[in-house]
Amino acid sequence: MDETVAEFIKRTILKIPMNELITILKAWDFLSENQLQTINFRQRKESVVQHLVWLCEEKQASVNDAALLDIICEDVDLFDMKQFKNSFKKILQRALKNVTVSFRETEENAVWIRIAWGTQYTKPNQYKPTYVVYYSQTPYAFTSSRLRRNAPLLGQALTVASKHHQIVKMDLRSRYLDSLKAIVFKQYNQIFESHNSTTPLQERNLGLDVNMDSRIIHENIVEKERVQQITQETFGDYPQPQLEFAQYKLETKFKSDLNGSILAEREEPLRCLIKFSSPHLLEALKSLAPAGIADAPLSPLLTCIPNKRMNYFKIRDK
Amino acid sequence: MLKEDCASELKVHLAKSLPLPSSVNRPRIDLIVFVINLHSKYSLQNTEESLRHVDASFFLGKVCFLATGAGRESHCSIHRHTVVKLAHTYQSPLLYCDLEVEAFRATMAQRLVRMLQVCAGHVPGVSALNLLSLLRSSEGPSLEDM
Repeated sequence: MDETVAEFIKRTILKIPMNELITILKAWDFLSENQLQTINFRQRKESVVQHLVWLCEEKQASVNDAALLDIICEDVDLFDMKQFKNSFKKILQRALKNVTVSFRETEENAVWIRIAWGTQYTKPNQYKPTYVVYYSQTPYAFTSSRLRRNAPLLGQALTVASKHHQIVKMDLRSRYLDSLKAIVFKQYNQIFESHNSTTPLQERNLGLDVNMDSRIIHENIVEKERVQQITQETFGDYPQPQLEFAQYKLETKFKSDLNGSILAEREEPLRCLIKFSSPHLLEALKSLAPAGIADAPLSPLLTCIPNKRMNYFKIRDK
Repeated sequence: MLKEDCASELKVHLAKSLPLPSSVNRPRIDLIVFVINLHSKYSLQNTEESLRHVDASFFLGKVCFLATGAGRESHCSIHRHTVVKLAHTYQSPLLYCDLEVEAFRATMAQRLVRMLQVCAGHVPGVSALNLLSLLRSSEGPSLEDM
């Protein structure tokens, strides 16, 4: 075996934490069970590594084998599905005697979890389960219903089972998992391949066929084009992720142009809740300025939604 | 409107408010139709502000108001009486047409083209002012009587 390959294997193995070493070697599947059994993993790391490298030399490890080992090490945290499921289930079962937990693995490294909640004294309610989708290659999980009682417990189970330190609730809610994924993983700005993209810009922007008739003159064409450009810069050419709501909780002082307004004299901030709802909120916002209903550019509070990955805001005076 | 058969050459200028940008040469304008969306207070406000920029001579039959959205009463934020009063103030006819409905649009288009032809002087014997007084006399009792 080449010296450089030996060196590379040695350095790669040195980087692996001891508690993951056996798992990785098994996943690599280059050294046999018997060979691995000959190693005393309780020794000092340098000795273990030396022994392993010697075994690899015996078996004539090639560059490709070494490269494969490297890839396996790079696999983020080498997520162990079985360990995650066991850990998750155990945490919930220890806290609540009565809980039903089921798992289903899908492609894209996603695990779907169904939890039916009970209490110490009542059986789990199978009619109001919570669904969680955890993408093991990412630090994100999506949950279905808003729990009150069991939210902290669920958070704890997810955190510990996935070996993270902390869980943060994002202010992002929607009925459409794909849209949530698109926003969270920042995948919404991929160019959408469709026949629309081949029509000339002018026609597409102005919408109707009839606008190509030379007997129609748009007096405000400059403004129209400005609005189109701003809209495109803000929202892009691609279809927007689908959200149904945007909610703004305001706690701000009332500002008024009128002098002596009673509301403006209040010392405490006013509390006010503004909720926008639509079957497809972001597309609706995108169409506001071109339709002449709002001025362009729109308020950044509206346009920041996919970027900030939030649709529930709390706004206070600075 | 452009789909209508019309002996005269028809051109439509679309603007979202007045005054029009002055940097352009335009042919003579024969008819101004203010489209008011009854669902939007902004639409009414915009119209009222634009009216201030219209030369007085247009109000001799070359202005009319077109109110859309009356069909969906629950969405209306402007009361009918408001637009009636506006049209009365400016001595100009008020037409109703839900522009979202294809059939209504077609009928209104026909009507507007005929009006336009009269206003442009293309109909012998009838002037814009004649048309205006004809339309006025067919309206119901005046607002004061209501």
